[in-house]
Amino acid sequence: MSFLIAPLTIACISGVLAALIALIDKVVNNYGECKIDINEGTKVETVNGGDHLLSLLSTKGIFLPSACGGKGSCGACKCQVTTDVGPHLPTETPYLTKEEMADNVRLACQIKVKSDLSIHIPEELFNVKQFNATVLSIKDLTYDIKEVVFDLGEESITFHSGMYVQIVVPPYAKVKGSTQRAYSMSSRPLDHNKVELLIRLVPGGIATTYVHENLKEGDKMGLIGPFGDFRRSSTDSIMLCVAGGSGMAPFKSILHDMIDSNVTNRDVWYFFGARSLRDMFYMDEMRALEKENSWFHFVPALSEPMEEDNWTGETGLITDVLDRFIKDSIGVEKDLEGYLCGSPGMINACNNVMTNNGIPIEKIYYDSFA
Amino acid sequence: MTPDINPFVLFFASIFTSNILLANFLGMCSFISISKDIKSSNGLGLAVTVVLTLTSVINWAILNYLLIPMELLYLRYIVFIIVIAATVQILEMVIDRVSPALYMSLGIFLPLITVNCAILGVALFVEIRHYDLLQTLFYGLGSGLGWWLAIMALAAIQKKLQKSPVPAGLEGPGITLITIGFMAMAFVGFSGMLIVQ
Repeated sequence: MSFLIAPLTIACISGVLAALIALIDKVVNNYGECKIDINEGTKVETVNGGDHLLSLLSTKGIFLPSACGGKGSCGACKCQVTTDVGPHLPTETPYLTKEEMADNVRLACQIKVKSDLSIHIPEELFNVKQFNATVLSIKDLTYDIKEVVFDLGEESITFHSGMYVQIVVPPYAKVKGSTQRAYSMSSRPLDHNKVELLIRLVPGGIATTYVHENLKEGDKMGLIGPFGDFRRSSTDSIMLCVAGGSGMAPFKSILHDMIDSNVTNRDVWYFFGARSLRDMFYMDEMRALEKENSWFHFVPALSEPMEEDNWTGETGLITDVLDRFIKDSIGVEKDLEGYLCGSPGMINACNNVMTNNGIPIEKIYYDSFA
Repeated sequence: MTPDINPFVLFFASIFTSNILLANFLGMCSFISISKDIKSSNGLGLAVTVVLTLTSVINWAILNYLLIPMELLYLRYIVFIIVIAATVQILEMVIDRVSPALYMSLGIFLPLITVNCAILGVALFVEIRHYDLLQTLFYGLGSGLGWWLAIMALAAIQKKLQKSPVPAGLEGPGITLITIGFMAMAFVGFSGMLIVQ
């Protein structure tokens, strides 16, 4: 019996302390009912104070973007708080610029609601909903990228091409809490009842491991969205799109949207970089689109083609291919716009190539996988 | 056996002659990293003092009324750490409610007190030196004030150092460690007054 005494003692002490913390939390953190005034009276929500602004807003069906699910590590849940809630916390400052701090922009996941608050959020966030989606199909595009199509049932989503949704990953295996991660939608905006995502397996990644190893057709999954301001501009400049891997998602959506909306007045050059042929996907679909639409030009390039690939297309880093095409085939004198989707390193490298070829930085739009 | 030391003597000894930082070199990491700014040092010093006083007394009670009678002394490390973590969490909630301004100014430093080895060190000193409750209370409070005094002194010196010419290779942690060495030597000067073991 003696071997039981030590764990029992620890369990008792921990239990007493946990109960004490819970009791004090209940008494001390009871701030009563608080009102959250959103956009100068557009909406006024009454909540029980003591919790963080992000989670209290979500209980009222108002979802701010939050790729990390409220852990203060993505910096996405920014909103302007016009009531004084104290100085910026050390956990907020790395994600805010000086201008944002002067403008009282805060991270909603770090602000506790203790009294009545007034906040400002973009109006389009009122359209953000939480969907209880069903997995319609899962398809292997490459050895590490899956195409997952969700059915929204009777609900419908209204978005513009380039936007993203957050998937809500339930606790599984050793992952104790629920996790949220953001993925660009590759589906057509006209398709209001479906959401298609391209998800690449990140070794050790909580969400991607769940999708690749646990998710099956017919499973339910929470989706929150749509979010994001990455979108096709309304000019008629030539679009230079660059992506690799699952960065294809927003461009697939943008292309189909242009075809669906009959936008044919601007050329689109799509540079798709991969290491070898095993990393390439949607090749037949892209080539078919190129054939059917004279304004669309698809340029796949391999940086390390293998012998068995028998690759006859472009080779080299996608930045070098882009540089070559701007100079030789497209023309630096043309009115060009850059659209990038990928890792911060790839975006920086493409930014350099584009600005060196005379594209102003404010005409380069990007969606970073940071 | 409880040593025959007046609690007030223990109080002053723990501040000066047996300073937990400069004589025992405990709690060095937060001491070095936070001492760049006087305001944060002050807040952290206050929080460490409160946590040290509370946890040394609570841990003394658990040790003497639970672990020793039940012959579970080998559990003291884990029990002390659990108590310290819980005390810091409770303190965090209370400060947030009572003084939001202080809570904001302490920011991330407050939860970090949980892993400050000076707190665990004091609990263990109390155990090996067999202090009674009053001695523990004064030793805990004195050690906290000693830590506070040391971090404020270093923060003040660092403020002066910011405008002083420092050889390039010694800037930052180098000159800080040398300064701490000098401070420790200066505190040795108090040792003629009292010695507590």
